[in-house]
Amino acid sequence: MQNVIIRAAEEGGHAPENPLGFVPVEFALSLVVFGILLFAIRKFVVPRFEQTFAERTAAIEGGLSAAETKQAEADAKLAELEKQLADARHEAARIREEAREQGAQIVAEMREQAQAESSRIVEHGKTQIEAERQQAVTSLRAEVGALATTLAGRIVGESLDDEARQSRVVERFLADLESDGSTRLSSTGTGSGVN
Amino acid sequence: MTTMFGITMAESGGEFSPPGPNSFDFGAVPLFTVGEYAVTKPVVQLLLGALVVFVFFYAATRRASMVPGRMQFAGEAAYGMVRNSIARDIIGSHDYRKFVPYLVTLFFFLLVNNAFASIPLIQFPTFSRASMAYALAALSWVVYNAVGIRKHGFVGYLKLQSVPSGVTPLMYPLLVPLEFFSNILVRPVTLALRLFANMFAGHLLLILFSTGGLFLIEYGGIGYIAGPLAWVLAIAISFLELLVQFLQAYVFTLLNAMYISGPLADEH
Repeated sequence: MQNVIIRAAEEGGHAPENPLGFVPVEFALSLVVFGILLFAIRKFVVPRFEQTFAERTAAIEGGLSAAETKQAEADAKLAELEKQLADARHEAARIREEAREQGAQIVAEMREQAQAESSRIVEHGKTQIEAERQQAVTSLRAEVGALATTLAGRIVGESLDDEARQSRVVERFLADLESDGSTRLSSTGTGSGVN
Repeated sequence: MTTMFGITMAESGGEFSPPGPNSFDFGAVPLFTVGEYAVTKPVVQLLLGALVVFVFFYAATRRASMVPGRMQFAGEAAYGMVRNSIARDIIGSHDYRKFVPYLVTLFFFLLVNNAFASIPLIQFPTFSRASMAYALAALSWVVYNAVGIRKHGFVGYLKLQSVPSGVTPLMYPLLVPLEFFSNILVRPVTLALRLFANMFAGHLLLILFSTGGLFLIEYGGIGYIAGPLAWVLAIAISFLELLVQFLQAYVFTLLNAMYISGPLADEH
């Protein structure tokens, strides 16, 4: 037993329908509903999606270009720093070289100065020694003269207190000594020391 | 006795009345009436389907931002699938934007209405009502022909669709009617029938296995084995139907895009 078919009033009762049959109401309604949906989607949905997509694309592209700029900047900075570093190394090498030259120069100067100083000191020493020797010779001459005079006076018993005579005797004595050589002088000196 | 599938079963005598075209005829059992008009289940589904599609996309784009939330992400994935892999890939990046709203609406309207076949308590594919499939096919026919005529003019478009290039004119008497027939006349028919028949047959199969299984169990004997087996098959077919529902929506939209792209492409 099949349905008791109660068709809607506008269609009226009928036998089982053909599944391929054309139902104008459904056809029209489908178009209307689809049309309304299409309108709504076109108006409210698609623009927002497209806007979001466009914004996102722009953001990504912007981000990429920003990153590229940053990269380029970083590269430039790196190159600059490397150049600076190379310059600094160069400078350091130059300064070191200069210092070395200066050091060598200073050492040479110092050496020269020291040499001069030492030779000056030696010279000075020699001069002093010579002066002292002269002084000693002079004082010896006086002393030895006095000693010899005293000695001779004692031996001879003759006073040699007279100034002129005394110096004449000493002069003569010394002249004898000098002609005999300096050894005699020193022995005389020694002799007087013993006395 | 009317089952929840809208078919009748024999009350006595153990006769099985198989599901048939009458399973798709809701004229007899309107959900409610507005004035003197009976509102049937497929009509309500049609409205509900449109509402679901719009609400989903509206919710997805309501707070559209560069960094999508979960809802927006789902919406973008769905929209992007039709926009990119159907509209852009087939129509080409030059013209596709104009057709995105149409193709998106078409695909998701079809998808949701097809999916109604598998949604509990609804369980009826809207487009197994042939007239509704006719409507969308007719609309497709108008759209793709209008696009072609706008691009090439009426005569130019007919020539483009009917006269195959790279063929000796000797063959024209044979080929021109054939091309015209296949490109202008047959396309909407195949569009409509493919959609309708798939939905119709799938639903019929499901009813058959479901009610048949029940009948077999009630029948007893070997039916105690065959009945549950039929139900297992019904479950398997349900999964197959999920695939078919998606596929039919996809194919319908894809063919629309191809029909539109045909006359838009410079070299046919």
